[in-house]
Amino acid sequence: MYSDKLRQTYQQELKTIADAGLFKRERFIHSAQSADIVCEFPAGAKPKKVLNFCANNYLGMSNHPEVVKAGQKGLAERGYGMSSVRFICGTQDSHRELEQRLTRFLGTEDTVLFPSCMDANGGVFEAVLTDQDVMIADRLVHASIVDGMRLCKAMTDTFKHSDMGHLEEKLQEHKDRRVRLVVTDGVFSMDGDVAQLDRIVALCRQYDAMVLLDDSHATGFMGRTGRGVHEHCGVLGEIDIVTTTLGKALGGASGGCVSGRKELVELCRQRARPYLFSNAVAPPIISGALKVLDLLESSTALRDKLADNTVTWRRMLKEAGFDIKAGDSPIVPVMLYNAKLSQDVAYDLFQEGIYVVGFFFPVVPKGQARIRTQMSAAHDKRHLEQAIEAFTKVGRKYDILGKGKNEIVAKYGP
Amino acid sequence: MNELTTLVLDYVKKEYLEAEDDRQLTPQTKLISGGIVDSFSMVSLKRFLERKFQIQIPDADASPEAFDTVDSIVALVQRFRQKK
Repeated sequence: MYSDKLRQTYQQELKTIADAGLFKRERFIHSAQSADIVCEFPAGAKPKKVLNFCANNYLGMSNHPEVVKAGQKGLAERGYGMSSVRFICGTQDSHRELEQRLTRFLGTEDTVLFPSCMDANGGVFEAVLTDQDVMIADRLVHASIVDGMRLCKAMTDTFKHSDMGHLEEKLQEHKDRRVRLVVTDGVFSMDGDVAQLDRIVALCRQYDAMVLLDDSHATGFMGRTGRGVHEHCGVLGEIDIVTTTLGKALGGASGGCVSGRKELVELCRQRARPYLFSNAVAPPIISGALKVLDLLESSTALRDKLADNTVTWRRMLKEAGFDIKAGDSPIVPVMLYNAKLSQDVAYDLFQEGIYVVGFFFPVVPKGQARIRTQMSAAHDKRHLEQAIEAFTKVGRKYDILGKGKNEIVAKYGP
Repeated sequence: MNELTTLVLDYVKKEYLEAEDDRQLTPQTKLISGGIVDSFSMVSLKRFLERKFQIQIPDADASPEAFDTVDSIVALVQRFRQKK
């Protein structure tokens, strides 16, 4: 029974979260996802037009007219939902078509769809590994991989972020295991840096290990034709397992997949619990994702525009005097180090019409607070110009322009 | 600081701190609850101790509490060395 005492217990738990400054408040968007949105913040305030610089809408597909139209067609022709898991009566021909199209796009052998990439990562490890195996993960992999590894009986180990020497030590150390699976993100979501996938693949070849790549922040735009970090690093076709999402560059709705060696994919189809016990991805999303792949396979214009925007935005921030994390990806973290400063700057930017979010511990390491900006092909030159004007104004207010870590920490604390 | 403590402390520094990490670790520094070592990365420490001291630490004893400081790790190692 939900007694008063129990209610108080939970209220106290929520208060603890709030007191630690970790209470997350949602902002209500009164428009479609886009570069220009209408946002109500704080709750109850008059909705305001702002520029969105924090979406994973890398290619602007979330509200692309052709994708919306394809979704509407899927809705009209194939209905709203499947009311079933895949293996009972939830598989339409279009589900299989999308799996085959993703296989071709990702340069793998086969693909199985999941309700999300969180679910793909939650299910893949226990489906393909046993207690005689080991998973060796980069220390900065996404939380969904951490959860998936927790659900698996194989031994866990980690290597220092992007440290190939340390990875090699681990591969030597675990020579006795039946299977060694090296696990990495393609683009790391908080730092925006890219995995050294060519070197990881070479080490895995040398030490007879498999590779799992979570390319959620790369599929659709990294690499010359947008296949992902494996294309970017010249190792397309050499990745044993790719997990990725339809919820970012490939449409932004929901859905994810495991793609890779056909036996491993089949094992996921047979054993992965989030696949077996969740509804099939809804028909309008399948139709929309198929259209996204049509668009990406017929032209690289959107990924090229995103790449140009990324170069321009990084240059603008540097010239204005901000301390940013280096990298090639459209995730561009503006480093502020101090948690409160990251919240204050994000708040002021919102007042200036720029929607960004400040991240701090435990999402990023202590003393590494930042604002994570994300580029999109939906951004035009005017968006970048308006944003850098606002960033510069706020940067001046807090006197952080031209200042590095030590100076910012000296002024605002760690 | 005795030899065993130094050995474990050195391993923890080498294994878990990044090159640019300037945090000063002592035998009393909270490793797991302090966010320096996560529960996934504990396995390498456990394997290191087992190999180095020719002991077996059952999973039930390799708890986050037992691995939370270099001092508690040293106590754990001593306990299992005596059992040998």
